[in-house]
Amino acid sequence: MIFLDYEILRLLWWAILGILLIGFAILDGFDLGMAIFLPFLGKSDEERRLMINSIGPIWEGNQVWLILGAGASFAAWPYLYAVSFSGFYLAMFIALFGLVLRPVGFKFRSKMPDVRWRNFWDAIIFMGGFVPSLIFGVAFGNLFLGVPFHFDDTLRLYYTGSFLELLTIFPLMCGVLSIGMMLLQASTYGSLKTRDALQNKFRKSGQWVIIGIIILFTGTGLYLYQEIPGHMLLEPWAKEAPSNPLYKQVATLDKGWFLNYIKFPWSLALPIGAYLSLFLTFFFLKSRRFGPAFFTSSCAVGGIISTAGASLFPFLLISSTHPSQSLTIWDASSSKTTLFIMLIATLIFLPIIIAYTAWVYRVLKGPVTSKTLEDEQLNAY
Amino acid sequence: MVDTLSVDLSRLQFAITALYHFLFVPLTLGLSILIAIMESVYVMTKKSIWKDMTKFWGILFGINFAMGVATGVPLEFQFGTNWAYYAHYVGDIFGSLLAIEGLMAFFLEATFIGLFFFGWNRLTKIQHLCVTWLMALGTNFSALWILIANAWMQNPTGAEFNPDTMRMELSSFYDVFFNPVAQSKFVHTISAGYVIGAMFVLAISAFYLLKARHIEFAKRSMVVAASFGLASALSVVVLGDESGYTLTEHQKMKLAVIEGIWDTSPAPAPLTLFGWPDQMAQKTYYELKVPWVLGLIATRSFDQPVYGIKDLVDHAKVHIRDGMQAYEDLQAFKKDPSFFNRAKVKETSKYLGYGLLLKRYTEDVSQATEEMIEKAAWGTVPQVLPLFWAFHIMVALGLYFILLFAASFYLASRDQLHKYPWFLKAAFYSLPLPWVATELGWFVAEYGRQPWTIEGVLPTFLSASGTSAGTVLTTLIIFVLFYTILAIIDVKLLLKYIRLGPTLALGYDRKEEVSA
Repeated sequence: MIFLDYEILRLLWWAILGILLIGFAILDGFDLGMAIFLPFLGKSDEERRLMINSIGPIWEGNQVWLILGAGASFAAWPYLYAVSFSGFYLAMFIALFGLVLRPVGFKFRSKMPDVRWRNFWDAIIFMGGFVPSLIFGVAFGNLFLGVPFHFDDTLRLYYTGSFLELLTIFPLMCGVLSIGMMLLQASTYGSLKTRDALQNKFRKSGQWVIIGIIILFTGTGLYLYQEIPGHMLLEPWAKEAPSNPLYKQVATLDKGWFLNYIKFPWSLALPIGAYLSLFLTFFFLKSRRFGPAFFTSSCAVGGIISTAGASLFPFLLISSTHPSQSLTIWDASSSKTTLFIMLIATLIFLPIIIAYTAWVYRVLKGPVTSKTLEDEQLNAY
Repeated sequence: MVDTLSVDLSRLQFAITALYHFLFVPLTLGLSILIAIMESVYVMTKKSIWKDMTKFWGILFGINFAMGVATGVPLEFQFGTNWAYYAHYVGDIFGSLLAIEGLMAFFLEATFIGLFFFGWNRLTKIQHLCVTWLMALGTNFSALWILIANAWMQNPTGAEFNPDTMRMELSSFYDVFFNPVAQSKFVHTISAGYVIGAMFVLAISAFYLLKARHIEFAKRSMVVAASFGLASALSVVVLGDESGYTLTEHQKMKLAVIEGIWDTSPAPAPLTLFGWPDQMAQKTYYELKVPWVLGLIATRSFDQPVYGIKDLVDHAKVHIRDGMQAYEDLQAFKKDPSFFNRAKVKETSKYLGYGLLLKRYTEDVSQATEEMIEKAAWGTVPQVLPLFWAFHIMVALGLYFILLFAASFYLASRDQLHKYPWFLKAAFYSLPLPWVATELGWFVAEYGRQPWTIEGVLPTFLSASGTSAGTVLTTLIIFVLFYTILAIIDVKLLLKYIRLGPTLALGYDRKEEVSA
């Protein structure tokens, strides 16, 4: 009944997890970025309302990409889900409170006109964008460093680190890079959806953000190359074997995170694509071609995330204390049956989701201006 | 050893966050359908009052929906943060159900809710109606998948233990999907959601009628709420999920516990209307029984007994001994993963979970003493008194809802509602009751599931992450503070719009009353 072998299914699910993460960063990215920009670019209540209403009808759908990302890792990579969520316990909850506050903030802010009430919620919304963006980046950075965990023979997990140990220099750089990506998305989306003064602000800040991202992306790459040892899976390992992370050998070696680019030179297309997209976005913003700018900024975000993923391949999460118990895509997945059934479900539903999401965006197309706020008096945030 | 304080705090945190989430979700379920019905009437009759009804109840729906979405995310995260071993042990099945819920339901409801509010001027009437129904469909699909997941915790069909990966793995998706417990749970729970939605509309409309405000609006809303509510309340009670309680050992235990039955009664078993169960004495005092009824409801037959707690504990002892054998076979497999040992594990692993119950008392399960087995077997009995009362109050409320909706339906269809202010008052003050009933229902289902997270497979105390009690306590306290503040603001906002009423909330002038 199952035509795909276990190895292919695992590779596909690694790719799907990546697609969901990138989908989240592209779509929820501009929501998070907008929340961060809110107190800085919105100088009046009307400007702030325009910013919020530019994402008003769609943020709820966008956030589902994150929920599905977590759900997919639970379903397809239960070890990854268990280790990362319980290991990053406090970090996850801090991100979570941010994620709960942001939507509630949008809703509650608009319901009372009082200035203090609105300023209070604006601060909350800002935190709701800033904190999760930072934490997701920090968590991603820690994937390269590894976190201290191991299993016993019943595969019960022991995590021996603490929250503050996650906040070292490299992960923090990744955190700032992540904030940069969210701001980039908000800049191109904002330039597309607003007009006049506000549009100009998005356009200008977008250009600064791109310069920042180029510096940070290069910086994290160099730091990774110079300072952080990589890991390599020692052969032979069985790509068809049952998912149990206790039966393999892992070597630690200098500059190991760059091996994949030698092994698979075509993967260099990912970082190169990211740089190229960043440059293009800069020029599209400069020449006021906002549609293409949004497209290329999304490509840049996809390029940066997939660069990180490709460097880590085939690792999902490194154990710093027991490297040979690290999670890889060959030994941390669900069963073959589950991967297969979930693949079918994804192949059926993901295209449908993309189709109706595209339809909703088309219905809502056009700028959000003071006139929109007036027309939508009843619903506008 | 397991840090039991950390486990208990994690349970408390999950219970609080789930019960809190469950304040909003059933209203979302019910109100989404009611709004879709109102809009359908608008499209068919073209009377603008129905559009106003859709919009006004839609505003309240929107506030509630945002809270439901926001408070749902912490639940999904907690399976990983607080229940890491659970996530590992059953992620293969449970995780995939959550993921399908995301694919099929979350996207649908969350994507279309935006258009529901912002699409009135951009879509044709029919298009907008489709959007509303798709949103309602999304919320109901979501209930379907989460209840299939929950039913699998109560009756884990279609899965097998794999000793290579030390976890349960999916063997038949068909069996998981068509789990009979899932079917009764789904019907029962969405009907309960519809009752909440109907009560919400009924009570607030009764308030307007009492104040003689928005009379046309309120009367029509009451007609919809009363008829929808009556059908739903009947469905909740008649199709109550008790029918699923005879299927598995622990479901039988739950049935015995909520009815306070200590000794197996001959078929057909009587229904206990009132009583005071005493766990220490293993007795229920002051019993008031109706002959035959329970046997008919629970077994749908005249000749099958309803087992009592004491007999079920004896069954558990047998399973625990089988579980010790399974544990021993698994240890042998770990030392020597031969073909023979694997076959033995496959044969005995069905009761491995019962063996794991002994881990509470000893590390070496296969050497457990008689005393430990006795303790573990009695440990499969959940707390009888709170479950007995939670269940009985829930059922009483369910019957009350049938009466209330039937009376409203009768009065509304004869246009007599405004003549009975005392009845309107009763309807208004009944507003919180369906929430009480649904929260009690959650409590019966999940507290009654103890000591298992997955019945017969994984005990609760083994499911938790190794997170320290202090850390869990920190997040628990933050949740309580944070959720209290959110609840206060949420209620304040709802009250604000209810007080404003449809005329002002929909931006009409004070003088032009919403009317047909």
